[in-house]
Amino acid sequence: MTATIPSATGQPLDRVDGYAKVSGRARYSAEIPIPDMAYAYVVGSRIAAGRVTGIDASAAQAEEGVLAVLTRQTLPRIAEQPPLIPSLAGTAAPGQTFFPVQDDTVHYAGQPIALVVADTWERAQHAARLLRVSYEETPPVTTLDQGRDLAYEPERIFGGWIPGRSERGDVAAGLREADVTVDGTYTYAANNHNPLEASCTTAQWDGDDLLLYDATQGVNATQMTVSRLLGIPMSRIRVIGHYVGGSFGSKAMIHAHPTLAAMAARAVGRPVKLFLTREQMFTSVGHREEQEQQVTLGATREGRLTAIRHLKLSPTSHFDDWAEPSVGTSSQIYACPHYEGAYRLFRANTMTPTFMRAPGEASGMHALECSLDELAHELGLDPIELRLRNHTEVDAMTGHPWSSSGLRECYERGADRFGWAGRDPRPGTRREGDWLIGTGMATASYPVAPLANPQRARARLYADGTAVVQAATPDFGTGVATVMAQVAADGLGLGVDRCRFESGDTDLPNIAAAVGSAGAGMISAAVHSAATALRRQLVDSAVADPGSPLFGADPVRVVVRDGVMTAGAASESYSDLLRRTLRPDAEAVGQWNPPAHDVPYGMMTFGAQFAEVAVDADLGVVRVRRMTGAFAPGRVLNAKTARSQLMGGMLWGLGQALLEANHMDPDTGHWVSSSLGEYLVPVNADAPDVDVELIEVEDDVVNPLGVKGVGEIGQVGVSAAIANAVHHATGRRIRELPITIEDLI
Amino acid sequence: MRPIAYLRATDAANAVEAVSTDPTSDFLAGGTTEVDLLRQEVLNPRRLVDINDLPLTGIEGTPEGGLRIGALARMSDVAAAPVVRERFPMLAQVLESGASAQLRNMASMGGNLLQRVRCSYFRDAESPCNKREPGTGCSAIKGFSRGHAVLGTSEHCIATHPSDVAVALVALDARVRTLGPKGERTYAVDDFFLVPGDSPHREHPMEHGELITGIEVPATPVARRSLYLKVRDRASYEFALVSVAAALSVADGTIADVRMALGGVATKPWRARRAEDFLVGAATDPDGFRMAARVEMADARPTPLNAFKVELAQRAIVRALRTLSDGPGAGPAPRPGTGSPS
Amino acid sequence: MSATGPALTRRDTTAVERGPDPVRITLSVNGTEHSLDVEPRVSLLDALREHLDLTGAKKGCDQGTCGACTVWVDGRRVLACLTLALTCEGHEVTTIEGLAPEAEPHPLQRAFVEHDAFQCGYCTPGQIMSAVALIEEGHAGDDAEIKEWMSGNICRCAAYPNIRAAIRAVRDQT
Repeated sequence: MTATIPSATGQPLDRVDGYAKVSGRARYSAEIPIPDMAYAYVVGSRIAAGRVTGIDASAAQAEEGVLAVLTRQTLPRIAEQPPLIPSLAGTAAPGQTFFPVQDDTVHYAGQPIALVVADTWERAQHAARLLRVSYEETPPVTTLDQGRDLAYEPERIFGGWIPGRSERGDVAAGLREADVTVDGTYTYAANNHNPLEASCTTAQWDGDDLLLYDATQGVNATQMTVSRLLGIPMSRIRVIGHYVGGSFGSKAMIHAHPTLAAMAARAVGRPVKLFLTREQMFTSVGHREEQEQQVTLGATREGRLTAIRHLKLSPTSHFDDWAEPSVGTSSQIYACPHYEGAYRLFRANTMTPTFMRAPGEASGMHALECSLDELAHELGLDPIELRLRNHTEVDAMTGHPWSSSGLRECYERGADRFGWAGRDPRPGTRREGDWLIGTGMATASYPVAPLANPQRARARLYADGTAVVQAATPDFGTGVATVMAQVAADGLGLGVDRCRFESGDTDLPNIAAAVGSAGAGMISAAVHSAATALRRQLVDSAVADPGSPLFGADPVRVVVRDGVMTAGAASESYSDLLRRTLRPDAEAVGQWNPPAHDVPYGMMTFGAQFAEVAVDADLGVVRVRRMTGAFAPGRVLNAKTARSQLMGGMLWGLGQALLEANHMDPDTGHWVSSSLGEYLVPVNADAPDVDVELIEVEDDVVNPLGVKGVGEIGQVGVSAAIANAVHHATGRRIRELPITIEDLI
Repeated sequence: MRPIAYLRATDAANAVEAVSTDPTSDFLAGGTTEVDLLRQEVLNPRRLVDINDLPLTGIEGTPEGGLRIGALARMSDVAAAPVVRERFPMLAQVLESGASAQLRNMASMGGNLLQRVRCSYFRDAESPCNKREPGTGCSAIKGFSRGHAVLGTSEHCIATHPSDVAVALVALDARVRTLGPKGERTYAVDDFFLVPGDSPHREHPMEHGELITGIEVPATPVARRSLYLKVRDRASYEFALVSVAAALSVADGTIADVRMALGGVATKPWRARRAEDFLVGAATDPDGFRMAARVEMADARPTPLNAFKVELAQRAIVRALRTLSDGPGAGPAPRPGTGSPS
Repeated sequence: MSATGPALTRRDTTAVERGPDPVRITLSVNGTEHSLDVEPRVSLLDALREHLDLTGAKKGCDQGTCGACTVWVDGRRVLACLTLALTCEGHEVTTIEGLAPEAEPHPLQRAFVEHDAFQCGYCTPGQIMSAVALIEEGHAGDDAEIKEWMSGNICRCAAYPNIRAAIRAVRDQT
């Protein structure tokens, strides 16, 4: 084995694409200048349930510049509906198993029923308003209150990945053994991702070849999904997504619009841009479902858990059994002999819900961690002490040891930085003027996602000593281009300024969609593999070459630094080797095979969240004054970008706790919020300064570099820490998210 | 947005003529509400008459101690004007609590008074809505009404008037000056805003083509000690759930003069006259404030989803009065800390 | 940047009804005059992005609720999505592309990179156009003021604390 001296990995380097972004030069998928562009506008159903009985397009077609009105009469049938499988699996990944504009059935409000294509955006949008659509309407079912009695227990959820029920021991017995029980029902408004860039696809045909510029978390996922839906070979589809304006799960699955854009472009014989409107983002890309969770805990007087029951009820679509997996983590992260977790679903007039940042854990850990706070209060124990008494070094569900944990350090360092020690646990005891002050904490945990397929990357070193490393993944804000240049630099033994990461294109080696916080781990694994393979190739070539100063050296003893291979006193640079041997470049493909699903380890990322809130005693306004999060995400590849992502996640938790809500109008089946003026996300004034503490833990199980990911863990537990702080401030236990003024006056 | 024609007006008379003689023309000022609603096709004029070049941007103090504000003065400029900040602190606060810095740079004072409601059933251009399409019914009454009004409602409409500025102007007895086909008119601001009654599509008494030219705020010594309290979920960039514009003067422990108006709770900027009447001459004690608030909200007609506003408005009134009466005797009152408590 | 800059190239386009068909307009953007044919209903944002290929101003909502389209008209920060292009004739429009030459970024652009004041980058041009104006307006006094006066620019990645750090850094340089 040859060696390099890692120097780039972990450094807080500025983003390599920073100047492209701050100068406006970064091109997102709606910003590709292509001559003769046409614009497609999706027409959504006004009703939420029933049938389209007719579409009169005559007025629309008469408008200046209208190129086509595509309805189920004129839009082609899809070739095949692929199953719903999370895009992480590396297969086709439709957002739901229903493709619109195929028949006259309406399953949800906003469901596409037609497309209008025109030569300008304004003309397409206006012509869409001129369609006269007639419907046969039936009463919709969309809310928990409407669907509760229709609920069933699904066999599996989440694209078939997770069982609808799981148990160990005997929860009833565990509750009988308990000295203390707490039981709470938590309700959650639906949430919408609302990345600042709405989804967009620009589609261009060249004969039978299709080029898509798509805002996606996985260009390969788009390629595979569109290929299956349109019935055209993979080899004929190229998908590019260099810059993506945020996703948070909304672009993790491949919803209908890329395929519709391709269909529209074929129909009008011109490149077509399909840019969803902000309003359409509420009905086109999935959402975090409205839900109700019930958590029952039993514990001994000493605070040892005897039973955990975690149940969930939520609406799903008419075609898929989807729930975000909220109850599973409760079975894993605390020592407890008895556990029961189960989902109940009911069919509703919505599209299939989807991944949204920390899918499952953001809601499930809220209920669990608020319940633990309540239990700590009942027992008169400090909330951290209660968690430590139930701490487990093994996955409580499987009994397998954690591949790495760091949770104890997270509690300690987080508490230390936050100033938790000496907290007066009595609620309602701190007041500053009109403000009641409270603090709260919660555990954060997020599973290391299991991967199915080999992940690949390619490394190429040019004779001038610069390198390009390639993988298909797009960058939607994670900093992947920066981080992978760092990983490649250390793998090759080059300065990071000599390495460029090229990405966002299906012509590059495959990478599964970057979802579930798996991106950094899987891509770094593939990049590391490619870079080290190339280094070995070059070192092997040098030591076998009589012309090299390194001839005959033991490759294991060759160290590469700044592009120079050295063994003892002998050295030769990569450049000299390539030039001397008349090679313009050298290249290697790296492949990483993820660990088997039955690997005997629990794989989980941990953290601890702390928040201080101020609640206006009369007006019920809640403001978060400060937050500390301590996280153990394995190895940190870039401390700057990792901190940013964790900070963003924590502020997402603030939004989840206090602001973000969408509701269905029960009569019409429409979302009541369809703008950023109504669906409230945090603004600058809502965001306190955030303290992020990184605790690096070694992990040689999850992937070669021990990277567990930072995309989701930042959000998990924040809403609970805030809700617990609200309780500490006011003495009121609010079991509804978001917590709003009306809950507190 | 439907295809639209455009005319840039050169003087107010021409602008008024252009619009008043054409039922399919509308004025365009800052555009912050209008362009949005044009794009939604909630508004569908054939032609826009752009009035932004008209010389109606003045902001000046009157010798008597009042203000004259041109209809096209931008919110940000009015808020920044020293004479406004000195004489009417509440007006500067109210302006800076609305929308965002960018929108305040665009939005005109006249346009602010005419901004349309935020009711999502009005704005979706589809739902039954008596304001948008008279006679179709009100979707909000049985719909999602958390943000809707509890005062001044009717069985035909419960949409909340969205303006912050108008709340302060109503408290200050401002006057709205207009130019119409029949010449100049002046409206007391309280008469300028109509409750929906059985004609929610009529929001103000102006006829088509009548143009707001200016706003006059009379000298109001009590306003030197005034504030605007805005309660909302988000710390900024959001319409009020409840707001209170209040001014108070106290002499020898009793309330000598008081002005108060409410936002976020009513179908028009709501002058709290009952509370004012209750307070004048009363002592500045919390029980009196609470009673005044209760009197003001006695006729509230909430829905299940906005019932909290009745209580919240009372608490906000009490808070505003307490803040004004607690502070030092002169100068602008401290802003109640609903923004950032840190 | 001036608070109320004089109109640079005011043309006598008044008192004549134009449209609804495309009309020839002249827009001065980043100091360069552009002639383009647009319908009167075309927003300044769409004119920049779809007609002039200046895609730095972003379309985040097209509803005036996010700030991603923030540009300057006569030196004042405004929302391009709620501005009709035609109304900008005779006014100077500045976009992120005109803020500084590529070789010499504006101090705030440097500070955004240094303080990692963005992730996906989609709101970033609007944040920067807003923040440069904020400092010039004198609204960057303390964090509370920055928070309030930057709240018209939503960052869904929630880089807000880093945005404030970048603004503080540039404020304190001058």
